[in-house]
Amino acid sequence: MATTIRPGETYGFFTDTSVCIGCKACEAACKEWNQLGGDSPSFLADSFDNTGNLDAENWRHVKFIEQVPDQPAATGNGTAWLMMSDVCKHCKHASCMEVCPTGAIIRTEFNTVFIQQDVCNGCRNCIAACPYSVIGMNQSTGTAHKCTLCYDRLQGGLEPACAKACPTQSIQFGPLAELQQAADVRLAALHSQGVAQAQLYGRDDKVYGGLNAFFLLMDKPETYGLPNAENAKLPSRNDLGGYVAAAITAILAVVGGLVAFRRRVTG
Amino acid sequence: MMVLAAEHFVRSPQWLWYVLFYFFFAGIAGGSYAVATLLRLSGDVRDESAARIGFYVSLVATVICPILLTADLGVSWSRFWHMLIDVTPGDTGLNFKYWSPMSVGAWALLVFGFFAFVSAAEAWLSDRRDRPLVPPLLNRLFNVVGAVLGIFIASYTGVLLSVSNQPVWSDTWSIGGLFLASGLGGAAALIALLMRYRPDAAFSLGRLHQAAGFFSALELALMIVFFITVGAAGSLPRLLPWLALFALAVAGVAAGLVGARGQMRVMAAGGSATLTRVRLDTVTISLLVLVGVLALRAAVIFSAQ
Ligand code: SF4
Ligand code: SF4
Repeated sequence: MATTIRPGETYGFFTDTSVCIGCKACEAACKEWNQLGGDSPSFLADSFDNTGNLDAENWRHVKFIEQVPDQPAATGNGTAWLMMSDVCKHCKHASCMEVCPTGAIIRTEFNTVFIQQDVCNGCRNCIAACPYSVIGMNQSTGTAHKCTLCYDRLQGGLEPACAKACPTQSIQFGPLAELQQAADVRLAALHSQGVAQAQLYGRDDKVYGGLNAFFLLMDKPETYGLPNAENAKLPSRNDLGGYVAAAITAILAVVGGLVAFRRRVTG
Repeated sequence: MMVLAAEHFVRSPQWLWYVLFYFFFAGIAGGSYAVATLLRLSGDVRDESAARIGFYVSLVATVICPILLTADLGVSWSRFWHMLIDVTPGDTGLNFKYWSPMSVGAWALLVFGFFAFVSAAEAWLSDRRDRPLVPPLLNRLFNVVGAVLGIFIASYTGVLLSVSNQPVWSDTWSIGGLFLASGLGGAAALIALLMRYRPDAAFSLGRLHQAAGFFSALELALMIVFFITVGAAGSLPRLLPWLALFALAVAGVAAGLVGARGQMRVMAAGGSATLTRVRLDTVTISLLVLVGVLALRAAVIFSAQ
C-alpha cells in the first residue's frame, strides 16, 4: 500500500540486509532519479562489488561483505556473503550537521538531513565528521553531496527511488514509527527461526540518538563498517577536552613568557 | 580497565596543503601577537622594538590566513563569507555555533584581524614618533584582549581537528595545546630571526631564546601526551609512516631547547639575559624551530588522511 507522505512526520528507511540479494537496483534507481553520473568504472579486484563506497556520485551503495571460507564448509546459513544497501543514516544526532559552520545542513519537514547546495561552501568539515563515510565532494560544484532521502520526491508525495526499485523489499520506506514496528516483528521472526545473530542497528537511541535509516544486520556492526554503540560518538565530545588542554597550555605559556621577559637589572 | 581501541570508518576531508599552511600561519599570527604582548607587559622599554616586530609579523601572517582558507574552498571560494552569514532561504542571519570550532574560528579570525591591524598600525606610527601614540595602559589593555584572541587563533586549529570523527585527530584532546605551544615557539623564533633587520631589538634576543625554550619544553610534553592518547586509542600505526616528520618536529623542539640552554650558559658565565649577542647561531636555531612548527602540523594533518 502506498504511503501518504505528510510534512511534519518523521520518515526513514528500514533496510533488512537478510533479504538483500546484491542486485544494485537501488544504486541504479538512485543515480537515475538524482542524475548522478557515477564514478568512472573501475575494477577493484578485491570484491564482486566495484562501486567501492558511498561518495558524491554514489548515494546508495550495496556493500558486499565476502566471508567465503578458504576451506569448503558445511552448508551454511548465508553468512559467507553479507549484503547491505548502505546510505546516509539521517541520524537524529547528526555529526555532519553538528559541525557544519555555514548552516547548509538542515533538517527538512520530513525530519531528514539535507545539504542545501546553495548554502554549502565546500569546507568539508562534514566529511571529517560523518562517522559513516557518507558525504563526498562534487568537484564541479565545489559542494558536499549525499543522499537527500529523495527530498524532491517526498515533497511530491512519492517514495524514494531506491525503496521503490528494491525487488526484495530489503529497503522499506515509511514513517519511522511504523518501520520500527516492522523491524521488531522481523527480528522476532528471525530469532524464532534460530537466526540468533540477527540484530537491529540504529533502531533505538544507542547510536546517534537513533537513525532514520536503520538496519537489520546479520553480523556485528563492525563487520559492515558501522561503528558500534561504544564507538558512535559525536565530534563535540572533544570540545571541552580540546579547549581545556589549550587553556592550560596557554596559562603555562603566559607564565613562562612573563618570567622569561621580566625586567632585570642589567649587568 | 581495558582501553578499547576506537574504530573509525570515516572518509578523510582532504584538508591538505592550503590547510597545512593556514595552520602554520595561524600559529605564527596568534603566537607573535601573544609574544609581543608578553614582551610589552613584562619587559622594559628596551623590549619595545622586539615587541613591534611581533606585531608586524602578526599582521602579515594574519593577512595570509584568509587567503589560504578561501583558496582551500576551491570552486566555491566566492562563498567564503557563508562561514559568517547563514544564507538559508527564510532563515538568514549570522552563523555562530560555539560547539563548532570552525564556526568560532571564522569569527575569531575576523576579530583578531582587527586587533592585529590596529596593533601593527600603532607600532608603525610609534616607530615614526618619539612619544607613544596611545597611552601605555590603554595600549596594553588592548594588547591583552588581542593576545587572548591570538592564543585562540593559534590553538583552535588543533581543537578543530579533534572535534571530528577522524582517526588520530579525534583520538586525542591534546592537539589544541600542542599547536599553541609550537605556534608560540615558532613566533619567538621568527621574531628572533627578524632582529637581524632591526638591530635595536637585539636587546631582547636572549629573553626570546629563553621563552622559546620554555615553549619548546611545553611542546615536548604535549607531544608525549599526544602519542600516549593516540596510542591508547589504537591509532598509533597511523603515525608510523610520518615518523620522519615527527622527528623534524622534535628537532625543532630540540633547537628551541638548545637555544635557551645556550642563553642560560651565557648568564651563568656572568652575562645577562639582555646580552645583544648570544653565542649560538640564532639563524640556524630559528629556522629549525620554524621547520619543526610546519613539520608537526604536516605530521598531524597527514597521519589521519
Ligand atoms: S550518516 Fe553521516 S551524512 Fe548522514 S546524517 Fe549521519 S552524520 Fe550526516
Ligand atoms: S562542506 Fe558544506 S555541508 Fe559540509 S560542513 Fe562545509 S558548508 Fe557544511
